[in-house]
Amino acid sequence: MLDKTIINGLEQIVGKEHVLTDKASLICYSYDATQRKFLPAAVVHPGTTQEISRIMALATRHHIPIYPRGAGSGFSGGSLPTQSDGIVLGLTRLNRILEIDEENLVATVEPGVVTEDFQKAVEKVGLFYPPDPASLKMSTLGGNVAECAGGPRCVKYGVTKDYIIGLEIVTPTGDIITTGGPTMKGVVGYDLTKLICGSEGTLAVITKIIIKLLPLPEAKKTMLVLFDSIDGAAQAVSNIIRGKIIPATLEFMDGRTIDCVREATNLQVPQAARALLIIEVDGDREFLDKQAQKIAAIIKPLGVVETRIAETPEESEALWQIRRSVSASLRRVNPDKFNEDICVPRSKVPEMIRKIDKISDKYGIPIVNFGHAGDGNIHVNIMIDSKIPGEQEKADGAIADVFAGALELGGTMSGEHGVGIMKAPFVGMELGTAAIDYMKTIKKALDPNNILNPGKIFPSDV
Amino acid sequence: MILLVSLEPWWQKFKLMAKLKTLEDYRDEIKHCVKCGGCRAHCPAFGAERHEGRVARGKIALADALLDGEVDLEEQFLVDMSQCLLCGSCYSQCPNKVQTEEIVAATRREIARRKGLSSFGFGVATVLKHPKLMNLLAKSGGKLSRLLFKKIPESSGLHLRFPAPFISADRTLPPVTAKPLRERFPEVIPGKEGAPTVLFFTGCGINYMYPESGEALIKALKFLGVTILIPQEQACCGLPAVSAGATDTVERLASINLEMFSKHRYDTIVTACASCHSGLRQIYPGMIGGEGEYQKKIKDIFVYLVEQGLPEKLAQLPKAEKRIKVTYHDPCHLRNHGITKEPRAILKALPQVDFVELPGAGSCCGLGGTYSVYHYDTSKKIGAKKAALIEETGATLVATDCPGCIMQLQDSINHSGGNQRALHILDLLAEALP
Ligand SMILES: Cc1cc2nc3c(=O)[nH]c(=O)nc-3n(C[C@H](O)[C@H](O)[C@H](O)COP(=O)(O)OP(=O)(O)OC[C@H]3O[C@@H](n4cnc5c(N)ncnc54)[C@H](O)[C@@H]3O)c2cc1C
Repeated sequence: MLDKTIINGLEQIVGKEHVLTDKASLICYSYDATQRKFLPAAVVHPGTTQEISRIMALATRHHIPIYPRGAGSGFSGGSLPTQSDGIVLGLTRLNRILEIDEENLVATVEPGVVTEDFQKAVEKVGLFYPPDPASLKMSTLGGNVAECAGGPRCVKYGVTKDYIIGLEIVTPTGDIITTGGPTMKGVVGYDLTKLICGSEGTLAVITKIIIKLLPLPEAKKTMLVLFDSIDGAAQAVSNIIRGKIIPATLEFMDGRTIDCVREATNLQVPQAARALLIIEVDGDREFLDKQAQKIAAIIKPLGVVETRIAETPEESEALWQIRRSVSASLRRVNPDKFNEDICVPRSKVPEMIRKIDKISDKYGIPIVNFGHAGDGNIHVNIMIDSKIPGEQEKADGAIADVFAGALELGGTMSGEHGVGIMKAPFVGMELGTAAIDYMKTIKKALDPNNILNPGKIFPSDV
Repeated sequence: MILLVSLEPWWQKFKLMAKLKTLEDYRDEIKHCVKCGGCRAHCPAFGAERHEGRVARGKIALADALLDGEVDLEEQFLVDMSQCLLCGSCYSQCPNKVQTEEIVAATRREIARRKGLSSFGFGVATVLKHPKLMNLLAKSGGKLSRLLFKKIPESSGLHLRFPAPFISADRTLPPVTAKPLRERFPEVIPGKEGAPTVLFFTGCGINYMYPESGEALIKALKFLGVTILIPQEQACCGLPAVSAGATDTVERLASINLEMFSKHRYDTIVTACASCHSGLRQIYPGMIGGEGEYQKKIKDIFVYLVEQGLPEKLAQLPKAEKRIKVTYHDPCHLRNHGITKEPRAILKALPQVDFVELPGAGSCCGLGGTYSVYHYDTSKKIGAKKAALIEETGATLVATDCPGCIMQLQDSINHSGGNQRALHILDLLAEALP
């Protein structure tokens, strides 16, 4: 419970209608896509940077935890108000696209803008914002920056931080500062923009984002290739890239995933297919056919069962639909899913998949893999029925083993979803003590009272 | 209210044939929501008012909390639960196919069970379950709005506190007909010798507000030469009562219709109202005892006409020299059942029509059963988006396949200062048929 004077203070800052303390509203801001649930003491929706600055000052004065929240689509619990006296800082009212500068290919937006809305707006004027998390229809750009979101197109175009050239932020103590700016270069002082990207809302509240844009590619071409083994598919990825072609996307699904989708959607795929790649190339129209042919030739000797090349946007859509139906079809395997997003060097994908298969056998629980083969980012889905006694423990064991396996191969436990609370207990496996201390020192210096998104990232208290 | 007291409660004696599920029955369904938030991109109510309580994910969390006794029926809970158009947009895009509409409807019934029907819900329930009363209201010539949505004092002892502005003075409503459709025709209109029989489930919208569209449908069926059956005892499908959480009314209406479906002989049941179609095809089979042979026979009129080869027949008519530009709005309750091609096929085949596609044709118009009555302001915001899209097409007419949508589209167009007219595809079809 929060002191009445604090509620009053918040109401004075943002207006009564933007402070919610009733039970129903608290429930509605208690979860994210991890399905964990923590009831906050209040939910506040500020409308301006100034208001956020005053909220942070108030919180600093009274030592009240503040939890920034975009769309709440996070997969690691970053936005969850884990302390019961905490305040959810909802940023969705800040949802204006402030400027699209066609001369300099730069846009300035507020953090609550939905990713897809922004993409559509720039595409209307022939520009392109490539980062495309699968959640782009609901996630906010603020959340994308805070998690440094990635997506299928990252193999060619990079992740969110590669497009963020400046920010306006509110510090944990309430100062408003800008980092970087609308120029393509800038080396004055530390690169705070990059520090904030991926900081999971623990170092600052992002209130404006300056984004670098690209010209929109003229066209794209999608192909679906079925392989008789995961090794063939993985080899295909390496060979394509060695052949000096960087497709815009290189998505893969393993045999178990194909089986799930086949059962759920009557997908016509031969039993012999034990792996699948969805490859999309983009660029000038006349050059795409040639590229598709070249790719087909490169992968031909690698155990290809079948290749389907989309000739129309509808056919391309149908191929992507296969990828999109994965998530729903997994539900048929088991009701509860732990979704990890390890990343290994591209060439190590088959080895990692084999490790995961062994882990699956060891614990006797199904593990289904798909993801962004082009950058070695594997979505590992550990499927259990948590109602069955002992299954949760098995899942915990399997998760730790999967992380350990990824690290052995020089990989990381999270390619894009972040640490939040879900991976915090495992962070020590990846980052040595000295590295964690270094990060904690930064956190302590910037947030002396530990009020901005406390309890996230680090295995123990700051 | 005096009228209501004097009703002869004949329907109360009616044997219940089907029962609705309770919120408890949806416990497992509720757990299927994985809180991904995908519904935020598709919910019209959320699009207009970006509060998590508006969106499917929030409502499911609330229903879950209610089942667990974690939350009471406090004011915000009721407001959030009332903020759903039951349009199924979330369901159609949900990766886990969680039946949010049904969960919300069941939660509203639970609210009604605990607190008594809301004043509005009560009003609708009372009127709809009595076809004779509806006839009376219609005949009295007054505006349906005034009577159907008769202002009930806010101080009435009813506990539900949905903010209910009822019908706003600036709302465009169609005049109510003096002679309902079903009184204009005999129960059976014989077709050609040996022709199949088509049962026309008229629905309230067509019977009382848009009887011309019903006449148009009959004209089309006559053109095909089938025998037409319009059972006089048919009742409202029950969708508005579902929306209002009126369990008893839904169960009684469904029972009347189920009995009708089992009593008559026919080959096909046609509807010309997306909501009725959904009421019959979604609500009834979801009820305990609601399944039956009749289910397989229900068809939207355009699905039926396309099956009967009408587009090919229309294509043989000479194209009109002066054609009108017409666009099409997909009613949620047809889109959810995958019925999008057939209405377009008929429209495109009409000799006097130049068809243009509507951007965002499948986005909800904002009516949502009782929704627009409770939340006229939000409903108008949703409608304004639609009106702007219609304007973009340059069409003169916006055709659709649902009286509710027609009403809402016209209201939205009028508010945005557009000059397009909303109408049923059937109206255009009737013009073209010899
Ligand atoms: C179905 C589905 C698919 C997904 N696919 C992908 C994918 O392909 N790639 C990927 O990278 N992720 C993916 N995600 C994860 C998630 O969508 C991303 O992490 C996204 O960036 C989160 O955005 P959000 O607006 O929902 O942020 P939230 O979940 O609300 O918050 C995420 C973090 O950002 C912080 N935050 C939010 N806004 C601000 C702000 N203005 N200032 C400071 N901190 C802030 C929060 O405190 C929290 O730590 C997926 C999620 C789902 C449910």
